[in-house]
Formats: sequence, C-alpha cells, structure tokens
Amino acid sequence: MTRYVVGRVLQAVVVLWAAYTLTFAILYLLPSDPMELQLAAAGLQLDSLTPEQLAAGKAQFGLDQSIAAQYWHHLWAALHGDFGISLTQQTPVTDLIGQRIGKTLLLSVSAATVALLAGSALAYLATFARWNPLRTFLTRLPALGASFPQFFIALFLIQFFSFQLGWLPATGSEGPSSLVMPVLTISVLNSSILAQVLIKSFDETLSQPYITTARAKGLSRSAVHLRHAFRNAVLPAMTILGVIVGLTVTSSIVVETVFTREGVGKLAQEAVLSQDVPVVLAVVTIAAALFVTVNLIVDLLYPLLDPRISHTRTRIDPEVVTAV
Amino acid sequence: MTAAVLPDVLVTSRRAGLFTTAHQLIRKPAFLIAVVYVLFVIVSAFAPTLFTSWEPYDTYPEQAMLPPGADHLFGTDVYGRDLWTRVLYGSPLTIKATLLALTIAAIAGLTIGIVSGFFGGRLDAILMRIVDVLLAIPGLLLALSIVTALGYGTLPVAVAVGIGIVPGFARTTRAEVLRVKTLPYVEAARAGGASWTRVLLRHILPNSWGPVAVLTVLDAGVAILAIASLSFLGFGAAPPAAEWGTLISDGRNYLVTSWWLSLLPGLFVAILVLSLNHISKTLQELTR
Amino acid sequence: MSLVDIKGLDVGYLRHRTITPAVIGLDLTVGASEVVAIVGESGSGKTTTANAIIGLLPANGRITAGSAIVDGIETAGARERTLRRLRGSVVGLIPQDPMVGLNPTKRIGAQVAEAIKLRGGTDDALDFLSEAGVPDPQLRARQYPHELSGGLRQRALIAIALAGKPKLLIADEPTSALDVTVQKRILDHLSGLVREQGISLLIITHDLAVAADRADRVVVMQGGRKVEEGDPATILSSPRDQYTRKLIAAAPRLAHSGRVVPRFDVRGEDVPDAVLTLTDVSKTFSVSDTRRGRRGFNALDKVSVQVPRGRTHALVGESGCGKTTTLRIALGLESATSGSVVLDGTEISGLSWNQVRPLRRKAQLVHQDPFATLDPRFTIEQSIVEPLVSFRIGDRRSRKARARELLDQVALPASYLDRLPRELSGGQRQRVAIARALALEPDLLMLDEPVSALDVLVQEQILQLLADLQKNLGLSYLFVSHDLSVVAEISHTVSVMSEGRVVEEGPVAEVFTNPRSEYTRELIDAIPGRRADAA
Repeated sequence: MTRYVVGRVLQAVVVLWAAYTLTFAILYLLPSDPMELQLAAAGLQLDSLTPEQLAAGKAQFGLDQSIAAQYWHHLWAALHGDFGISLTQQTPVTDLIGQRIGKTLLLSVSAATVALLAGSALAYLATFARWNPLRTFLTRLPALGASFPQFFIALFLIQFFSFQLGWLPATGSEGPSSLVMPVLTISVLNSSILAQVLIKSFDETLSQPYITTARAKGLSRSAVHLRHAFRNAVLPAMTILGVIVGLTVTSSIVVETVFTREGVGKLAQEAVLSQDVPVVLAVVTIAAALFVTVNLIVDLLYPLLDPRISHTRTRIDPEVVTAV
Repeated sequence: MTAAVLPDVLVTSRRAGLFTTAHQLIRKPAFLIAVVYVLFVIVSAFAPTLFTSWEPYDTYPEQAMLPPGADHLFGTDVYGRDLWTRVLYGSPLTIKATLLALTIAAIAGLTIGIVSGFFGGRLDAILMRIVDVLLAIPGLLLALSIVTALGYGTLPVAVAVGIGIVPGFARTTRAEVLRVKTLPYVEAARAGGASWTRVLLRHILPNSWGPVAVLTVLDAGVAILAIASLSFLGFGAAPPAAEWGTLISDGRNYLVTSWWLSLLPGLFVAILVLSLNHISKTLQELTR
Repeated sequence: MSLVDIKGLDVGYLRHRTITPAVIGLDLTVGASEVVAIVGESGSGKTTTANAIIGLLPANGRITAGSAIVDGIETAGARERTLRRLRGSVVGLIPQDPMVGLNPTKRIGAQVAEAIKLRGGTDDALDFLSEAGVPDPQLRARQYPHELSGGLRQRALIAIALAGKPKLLIADEPTSALDVTVQKRILDHLSGLVREQGISLLIITHDLAVAADRADRVVVMQGGRKVEEGDPATILSSPRDQYTRKLIAAAPRLAHSGRVVPRFDVRGEDVPDAVLTLTDVSKTFSVSDTRRGRRGFNALDKVSVQVPRGRTHALVGESGCGKTTTLRIALGLESATSGSVVLDGTEISGLSWNQVRPLRRKAQLVHQDPFATLDPRFTIEQSIVEPLVSFRIGDRRSRKARARELLDQVALPASYLDRLPRELSGGQRQRVAIARALALEPDLLMLDEPVSALDVLVQEQILQLLADLQKNLGLSYLFVSHDLSVVAEISHTVSVMSEGRVVEEGPVAEVFTNPRSEYTRELIDAIPGRRADAA
C-alpha cells in the first residue's frame, strides 16, 4: 500500500513536471523570436533600441542565456514559488496571482460544489423517473446544457437577471450577489457533463444482475436505487472529478472576462492578449497542479471506497476529456 | 429449386436491413432536424447568397440597431449591417477552423491510438504517458498557451483546439483497437496465416471505426465551442472579418439595448452544437 | 389450491412498437412443496415465465393475456406495490450467474441481513448462510463478493433467497455458470433444503437431464409454448412429443438409461501414429496476480498429450485446469516455458511466427464463441476464403468454387456465401467457422469448446457434422471441453486435466467406465441423468 501511494505521488510529480516543461516549450520555442515578443510585451520596440539597451533588455529577461539555462532557471525558481516578473505590469507574477486567486478559488469551489450536487441530482432523477416522457426529457437535458457556449449563457443571464429584472449586478465581484450568475454559468456546463457520465454509469449499473437480486428480495425501487445502484454507479464516475475541476478553472477565464471579475481567469485572458509569457506559464502550471492533485486524491481514495480494488490507475472517459 | 429461390430472399433481407435502419432514422424526427440544420449551416457557409440578399460589410447608418424582423432576421448592428448575413458570412471561418482542428486531432489521435493499441508494450506505455501529460493541462489553457506563442488568428486557434482534442481521440482509438485485437475473429485470421498488416487493415481498423466516428461528430461540436470561446476572448480573426465568437463579443457592449446582437448569434451556434451532439448520440445508439 | 396457478398466459416484448410474443397460452401450476422444472432451449420462454411469476419482467415486457395467480394474488397487470409484497417473502429468486448476482460493494452478511429485515425478521444472517452450506459463515459474512469463489457466491445467493422465508424458490439455470462438480454439490444441497423445509421449487433449465434428476414434474417448453408435461419417469420412458424425444436422444445419460456410453470404443485397437505430440509442456505466467498472491503462476505442469491421426483426443477439465492454454500452445498462439510440441513431425516450440506460418496449413482452430468468431463486416464467403487469400492460394474463381464446396461440406446452402454473420444463427456460424478452418485442408482441427455456447439440439448436430467430416476427410481433432457428455459423444481418447496437470488419460471407453482417479470419478458422477435408471 505504501509502495502504491509513493509510486502514485511520484507519478503525479512527473506528470506535473512534464506539463510544465511542455508549456515552457510551447511558450519559449514556438514563436519566431521570443526576444521580440517579450520586449514588445514590455513596451519596447526592437528597432528603436541601441545595442546597449537591447543587451540590458535581454539581460533583464534572462534572454542572453541559452534556452536550456533559461529553462533550468525558470524551473528552479518555479519550484520556489517564483514565476518571474510580469512583462506588462512589471510586478512579480506570484504577487499578481496571489492578489487574485482568492476570488477565483471562491468562484471555482462554489461552482464545483453546485455542479456536483446538481449533476448528481439530475442523474439520480433521470434514472429513477418511471414516466417515460420525463425520463427522456431528463436524460436529454445534459446534452442541451453542454451545447450552449458559456459566454452565451453568461450573457443571457446578464440580460435576464440584471437588465430585465434588475435583481443581480451585471459585473463586478463585490458581495455574494455578484457570485450567483458566474457560479450558475459554470455549473450549467459542468453539471451537464457530470450528469452525462453519471447517467451512463447508472444505466450500466441498473442493468447488472445484482440489481435483479436486490429487487427479488422485495426492496422498493427507491431502496434499490439508493442502497445498491448509487454507490456502484458513482464509483467509476469519480475519475472525472479531475476533469470537472479542470473545466471549472478554464471556465473561470471566460466567466471572469464576461462578468469583469478581477480573478486569475481574467488575468490569464489579459496575459494572452498582451502575450505576457511568464503569467501564462504560471497560470497553466497552477491549473495543471490542481488537476494533477485532484486526480491524485481520487486515485488514493478510490481503493478505500471500492473494496474490489486495492490499486488503481485513473481511467478517464475519453468522451469527457475532449470537452475543452 | 431452393437454391434458385434463396438469393431473392437474401436480397430482400439485405434491403430490408437497410430499410429498417433508414426507417429507424426517419422515425426520429429530432435526428432529421439536426441533420438538416447542420447541412444548412454548411451550405450557407459556402453559398451565403442563397439565404441572404444583404452584404456583410455594407453599412446603413439609418438602419442601425434594428430589432429582428422580416427584413433583418437577426436585426442589425450599430453600423446598420445585417446580423443574419454577418453570421452566415462568419460561418466559413469557423467551419474551416473546425475542420482543420478535427483533421489535426484525427491524424495525430488516430496514429497515436492505433500505434499504441496495436503494438502495445513499451511504445504504448510511452505514448500513453505523453497523452496523460497533455490531459493534465486543461484544454482551454493549452490552447491559450499555443495562441500566446503563435499569435492570433483563425489558424493558430484551429491548431490549438486540434491539439487539445488529440488525447481523447488517441484514447478512444486505442481502446477500440485493443478491444477488437483480442476478439476471436482476429485470432482466427491469425491462425489462418494472415499477416499482422492484413489483420490490421482488414479486421481491426474497419471494426474499430464506429466509436471513433461517433467521437469525431461529438468533437466537431466541442471544437466549434472552443473556437467560439477563443474568438470571443479576442484571439480570433482580425476585424472586419467576423467569426461567430467575435460577433457575440462585439454585441456584448449593446446588451442593455440590443440583446439580439449577442444572443441570436449565440443561439445559432448553440443549436449547431446541439445538433452535432444529437447526431453523435443517435449514431452511437444505432451502432450499439 | 396451488401456490402458482397460471392460466392461458401470454407474455411479449415490446420492440419498435410491436409486441413479439415470448410465452403463448401457458398453463402451469406449482403445488405446495412441489419441485417443478421447466426445460427449454434459448428463446423457449422459460425465463420469461419465471420473471412473470416474480413480477420482474424487463421494462418492455408485457403480459397481454391470461392470469398468473401466485399465493392467491393475481400478478398479471398488478401494481408494483402488490408485486413487491410477493417478492422475497412469497417467491425467492436464485439468479443465473453467481459471479455477478451479488452487489460487489456490500458485505455478504449485510446483503443477507437486508432480506431478513425486509420481512421484519430478527433472525441472524449467519444462520441462513450456514443453512445454505457456506462454511465458516462468520468469516464469509464479513467478506465482499469478490473474495468468494463462484460456488460460495451461489450459496450466498441461496442464503439471500432463503432469508425471506419464501414459499416458492425460483432457480433460473442456478448452476450453469459453475463447474460441473460444484454444480452437482449445490443442486444436491438445494434439493435437500427445499424437501426439508417444504418449500416449492421451480427450476428453469436447458438441460432435460438436470430437470429429470431433480423435479417431481417436468414441463418442456418450445417457442413459447408448453409441448409436454408429466413426471420425469413417464416423460423419459414414453415421451409423447417429437421435441422431447430429440432432447432425450441428445443427453447421453438419458439416452442410455442412466449410463454414460461413449460413442467410440478403441480399447484394444492399434493406436495410429500421432499427428500432434506434446511432451512435458510447462507454462509459467510471469505476471504477478495480487489476488492469487503468487508470482509465476504455473498454468501447465509437464503436460504430455498425443493426438493420434484420424481420431479425436479430448482435453477435459474444469475452468482454470489449463486445457485452453494447452490448446493455444499446441497451435503456436502462445509459447511454452519448457517442453516440446511436435506437429506432423516438425518441432514448433521456439519457432518464430513466420517459421510456424507454413504449418498453419496443417492445423487449424475453431473457437468457442460463434458470435465473435466471424468478422461482422465480412460476408460468409470472405470469411471462408480468408486463409486461402492469406496463403495466396488460387484466384478469385477457384476460391469461390472452394468456398461453395466447403459450405456444402458443412451442410449449408451455397446461397449463404453473400450473407453477413448477423443473418445466421449460432449453429450456422459455427458451421461457417468449421468451413473456414477446413479451407487449407488441414490434418488437424483444434476445437476449443466448439459447442458449449449452443443449444442442446444444435450441439448434437454440430457434433454429428464433426464426426462425419472426420470420417470423410480423415481429420484428427484435439477437442477441448468442460462437458463430459459432449466428450463421450465425439472422442476416442481423453486426457483429464486438473490444476495444470494430466490426472488420467486413455481411451474414453476405458476412462469413463473404469475411472482410476478420484477426480475423474467425481466428474463422471456429476453428469446429470441418473434418474433415467429408474425409467
């Protein structure tokens, strides 16, 4: 067991390292001239500089070193929680993120919780309903929820609740009322995806012979559903928790932009617009770390919850993964 | 005597098989509507003049911000441009980007999946670890990094979204190849002296195709959403060319007074994605 | 009044807005403390009948006519609430496959206790477990299903059914998923229990011999209708229906009044030279299996087998005994850890795939599962000629002619050439698989449980076909099976395997009538149909 835990933790660390390296490679190797990109982002024009200024600029961003040296420098610093200095704002990236992460975490955690509750409830009802039209409706509902672009949902909510009814503030991040629409927006997609996976899992579970055994005992449908189907259906679906959390984080980029909330998501959007490479790298790394950690926790918890399995590897439903 | 009669019976039974499949599909009006809508979007993208008489870039200040009506199906924007026309003219960009993204995902994903599933062993382990790493970076963020590096525009967005879809493709393909590879008819072919190449081309690939095709349709919807999101965030084609996401983003500023500028193009996209999802789901049920 | 009283019952399944009938005009009674068996092949409506009695028809199942009164309550058209009161406390169910019949995430004890609590009882779950013959019930009650063997799981399921104190137990093919010796022990135990406690028992089975051994009254069903009913002795001695007669003829023990009579007796005959010889073949799987808790699991331990030319040699044994591994090694699909495999004078162990490939023309495989053995996208012709294409034998026309010839050999019309597998029945597919195996004119066919997935009568036909082919083409067979009655029908010689070793070998006539090892005796004892003695 210890062996398994240690191995699994090591694996998570390796994946995180690889994700960091991949992102670094994309950001630092792909553009034709990283120099120009970064200096431009810092507001410097390459042509207008004297050789001395250019050298100083290069030195400031560490661009006078080889790419390998830069990589080691950045990786070493990142391990100590230092993601360099933002090109546009000239502030340490860690500070920038530190100021905003609270708001984003509040949003993400609330949205993930709502999505978890709503998605499970929907799946439970959709598979429990006996009246066929209702069953069909509830089963199809998640597909509808997963089809609407998040910005569309956000704009629709603003139009309806802020402009028509005047109940909620259209933008900003002050007070709990400003949280309602962003959370709702994110949960629509996430709960839909969760519900789709859970409904599939419930359907599979309910067709198992042990459900017949349970019904043959004389148990009511609700008892069979709750005591026999629920746990067995939820266990395999647990592996998408990581995906749900990852989705919540990426959703916050769109949602914070639409609702003008000063969080990490909006920071990321602005950083991409201004090609602020260190900020983008930091945000991607943090998101990847979150995803890897949640998956690690699920993997470590799984054997405790499922008596059949002593060791397991996260299996993610490919259909879910593709949802960007 | 019987031998002469049997072929007729056979032909009818084959035809009957096709007929029932077609019949089942006709029985599903929602599926038909979805297919018609997708076809409409594709046709309108390449021949927009069939469905509109306005020009996308002609401005008519006197007709600015008109609500939807008979003349202007989706209303007009702040310059008096017909929004319906702009949505239709925005289609080719998004559709091209979607097709490009799907092509990238299909080529890379299928290759990784087939190689991984078919050869197995260490190669499989390495490829799957790479896929794990790609999965660890949430899709939209991976796309954002690529856009940061490559710059804005339809092409980088398409590449970014395509790479984001690769892992799902690779995994599904691999799972299918692995499933088919152990089936008795593959073993029977091997026992009959068939080479691995023949087994792969004649047995494994044709029989793995179904779920991969279903996923492709589903991913088309996912790609459209992702591309729209990226252009909504401002990383798409430069103005005055307008992708769907850009249109919606532009309309955002007039949400208070002219809700249709954002919401109608959004609905147009949502129905397209919904149609693709529904087609995918129906195909999945049929092939099961 | 009878416990179960079914009159004119019609049950159908709703598909694409039409109802396909599954049970037609059935009359059936089960009296108190009576043991009744329904016998029939797949699609005969026997399981549908059982489900209708306990009110567990699938969502698309409909009772369209007639009545089914259970313990004085009409179940046809009854509400879920009414049916629920019957389940468990009036009718208990012992499901078909014990491996998947228990909730995998609940302890055994809790699953039994749940049934007790439902009827408001206060008894101890352990009592029911020990009643059902579970040894060490205290330990087992705390375990999860995956920690128990198939036999123990079936006993746990019996305990659950007993816990509701039902008046009737329905056993749906209760043991067909288990090994024969376990099967027999559990059925013996179950029959003892119901007689002791005066519970009625309804056995659903495909095996007339099992029904005849256990039941007071046998009901034979075919195509949704009851074709014959009566006490076993009468049915066996003077069956009225043509179909029942066929069923009796297909069961080796029933056909020979309780004795197993092998078809071939080669005792005292000269043994022809061997076409396939396995000498001291061992196989060790290096994968560590945490559940078994051992590394380097020995699948085979010094197995020696000979297949004489023109004869059938059977490998028989229970699941996990290594018979299939032996066959795969003989075919070169898997390699042995040590030992030698000589096929027609050529040593094949240690050869690479390409070196073995020419030998494919001498030995071919017929797989167990007729539904997966043909590529669903290949027409029958494509499937049959595939080995010819692989070996580049002949051209299009000669291949087509060969395919016609092969179809004729397996008694299928040439018109089947253009069909797809899904248009064929299981037996027809197995014929196609045999035709494909014959395409290269091999000397030896390796048959891996070729009839175990088929209905009894179809089994009989395929075995007959194999015997005819052997006679006409001089084929040799290596025949793997778990079913001794099938082996008796086709084999000349046999190796009985257990836990990776050959425990006994010799001519079938000798081994089956005069078994030397205890294990063989137990296997033979487990072949159902002893009641036929009395008849």
